[in-house]
Amino acid sequence: MKPPVFEYHRPGSVAEALDVLAQTGHDGKVLAGGQSLVPLLNMRLAAPAHLVDVNWLGELDQVPCDAGGVRVGALARHARVEHDPGAAEAVPLLGQAIGDIAHTTVRNRGTVVGSLVHADPAAELPAVLVLLGGTMELASAGNRPRRVAAADFFVGPLESALRPGELATAAHFPRPPAGSGSAWVELARRHGDYAVCGVGVLVALDQGLRVSSARAALISVGPVPVPVDLTDALAGQPHDAADWAAAGRLAAAAVDPEDDIHASAAYRRHLAGVLTARAARSAAAAAASRLEASA
Amino acid sequence: MKVTVTVNGQERSAEVEPRLLLVHLLREKLRLTGTHVGCDTTSCGACTVLLDGTPVKSCTMFAVQAEGREVTTVEGLAAAGTLHPIQEGFKEEHGLQCGFCTPGMLLASKALLEENPDPTEEEIRWALSGNLCRCTGYQNIVNAVQWTARKLQSDSAATGAS
Repeated sequence: MKPPVFEYHRPGSVAEALDVLAQTGHDGKVLAGGQSLVPLLNMRLAAPAHLVDVNWLGELDQVPCDAGGVRVGALARHARVEHDPGAAEAVPLLGQAIGDIAHTTVRNRGTVVGSLVHADPAAELPAVLVLLGGTMELASAGNRPRRVAAADFFVGPLESALRPGELATAAHFPRPPAGSGSAWVELARRHGDYAVCGVGVLVALDQGLRVSSARAALISVGPVPVPVDLTDALAGQPHDAADWAAAGRLAAAAVDPEDDIHASAAYRRHLAGVLTARAARSAAAAAASRLEASA
Repeated sequence: MKVTVTVNGQERSAEVEPRLLLVHLLREKLRLTGTHVGCDTTSCGACTVLLDGTPVKSCTMFAVQAEGREVTTVEGLAAAGTLHPIQEGFKEEHGLQCGFCTPGMLLASKALLEENPDPTEEEIRWALSGNLCRCTGYQNIVNAVQWTARKLQSDSAATGAS
């Protein structure tokens, strides 16, 4: 048998799930899509005494979109969010980044909130949440739900601010301001592998189609997503002829990657610059076409 | 604990440990060894089955999570001794050599063609990008899916005309 022994819980409601998580504390682990957790169990890198399976809680399988953005419930799977027309309209970066998560079969099962809670430094969605200034909604038995800003949620590699006994019930991805566009660019050794480096960029244009602000969030170049303000390199420049390389230099200077078996720190830093420049150019083009379409 | 799953249209029950993976329920309890198990880490796609029609990797799902659901394995493709068109396609276009990846390839391809009956070569390659083959270099697999798409389209045109 591959995975270690655990006690399996199948709560029928969120309240029941919170009760089980409160009782099991440090020994309890939430099972959602399982696309990161079950491999860890199969390799016996994790051995929680209790698994709380939230796959039966249809109330968490919701992706409501409104003027404020997209609220992704804990059971919404990547594939659903990737193809949700409302989410694509409100926060295009979500679908752009989800397309680079593993393969379609994994995206059929894995969940957006699960990926956020897993807090892998090579995962796309933590950077998306950081870039957009999103929040996590965390519930626990006997307490009011608390909201944690993305900037405070990701603490370290595979470590988030989620406390024992808590269930992340949703993530809120705010709608970027009108006149902005986004892009996601990453490089992996093979498609679907973890990114050697990846970056999301959000560019806002003014009415004259000049850059008013720009920022990036990078993955696989630090313990948590690295936000970088690119505004100084790009502000006031035309959407189709800005100094993208200067934006790339800002990003390369802001990251502090480490050598590992996949790539040297120097190569990752080089990628941070090149990919940020590419993503900034694409994001500005997307912003211009959105502005022109709405004009 | 007891789990009841509809496998290839037939309701099957077994007494399992919660940690039993779905692929091991299929192979070891139900003796449906057509579903292969490769990496146990969602990487290779050999264990791909359809869960309520959607491809999932049965090595990263527990059997108890399939309670009340419908699972389709490679054994459920051929009906009454007649190959499913996707199986016919793999045979005609030599879409396999050793056969280890084939069950997963067949099910991922079947799901693709149900969603997109006329995929481009690129769409086929994306849809199968979570399924690794170490023999064919993928070209014949892509050919097999294209062969099947043409066959299904001409079959449905013939049905429509009659």
